[in-house]
Amino acid sequence: MKLKAKHQRLTLVVGAMIALGGAGALAFSTLGSKATYFYAPSDLVGKAPPTEAIRLGGMVEKGTLKKDGSTVHFIVTDNARTWPVAYTGILPDLFREGQGVIAEGKIDPASGVFTADTILAKHDEKYMPPEVAGALHKVAGKVE
Amino acid sequence: MHRFANPARFLRIARVATPLTLWIGLALTVAGLYIGLFASPPDYQQGESVRIMYVHVPAAWLGSGGYLSLAIASAVALIWRHPLATIAARAIAPAGAAFTAICLVSGSLWGKPTWGTYWVWDARLTSMLVLLFLYLGYLALSASEGERGEERRAASILALVGVINLPIIKYSVEWWNTLHQGPSIKLTGSAIDGHMLLPLFLCLGGFTLLFAAIVLMRMRAMLAEQRVEARSRRLAEALA
Repeated sequence: MKLKAKHQRLTLVVGAMIALGGAGALAFSTLGSKATYFYAPSDLVGKAPPTEAIRLGGMVEKGTLKKDGSTVHFIVTDNARTWPVAYTGILPDLFREGQGVIAEGKIDPASGVFTADTILAKHDEKYMPPEVAGALHKVAGKVE
Repeated sequence: MHRFANPARFLRIARVATPLTLWIGLALTVAGLYIGLFASPPDYQQGESVRIMYVHVPAAWLGSGGYLSLAIASAVALIWRHPLATIAARAIAPAGAAFTAICLVSGSLWGKPTWGTYWVWDARLTSMLVLLFLYLGYLALSASEGERGEERRAASILALVGVINLPIIKYSVEWWNTLHQGPSIKLTGSAIDGHMLLPLFLCLGGFTLLFAAIVLMRMRAMLAEQRVEARSRRLAEALA
């Protein structure tokens, strides 16, 4: 049976899209974690520390922020592992304890401290008015 | 589908649909932007800069949604060769490109006070920039002169190939670690407070209707232009 021209074109386009999807999936599986913007502490713990500049991301652990002149020290956590970070410079407005952060810099080979030369605040997906956040905080406080 | 591909029938529907989408879209957008910019609460972390969301999220939605409709129209043009599908694709492309650009610029302006940077090359931001380039590539190809139909076909193929970028944009924040946050609105619920959700949905609906109105207006203009061309060609032949 001879296919009509438009059916032929339909088959061709559908076939090409499937092939394209397959190529994309292959590229994705090879690219994998290389497209990641930052490493979490769990990605670094227990491995030889990379000597090149990397990005480290996670939450600023509550109660670990210490100011020493213009240098700040804090600990980044991904709720499994932690990593100490030191940074000298101006922090972004949204930088605070318990919030997400991404640090760019190097791991000091001697002390193992991540020495950041750039700090970015990472925002999470939660949006609410201050009153609601305050109320939630109070409720959480009572439960504890 | 063939019923709607008839230009005369399309024009009859479009004549009614254009003012409807335009005025309802405008009303929803004005209401959404008013509530969003003046009558909704600031965010507990971001403060006032949260209001950029009411422009940024609808622009992102129309940038990617517009691309999907561009690709569907291109597929119909390639397979069934409906002239109306080619016109629809060419009408969608500049509008989609404009909203993608608005998304990138508004996101960048939000990024500076929130993240501390205008731009990073993370997976979400990069894939959204690629979307803008896909639109620009489509516009350049479909505008280029050549054997009639050939360059249109190349543009349609480009539009189809670019579809692979849409799931990458959508899932970039889940597949990879990115600076951009994950989705706030999911099928299972929303991480956005109701007072902020109302203006957001008003703007989403309003922007979408305005996008539809722009596309309808452009399609009608293109059809009218074709008619004028055909008529003046006939006139020239009659006079010769």
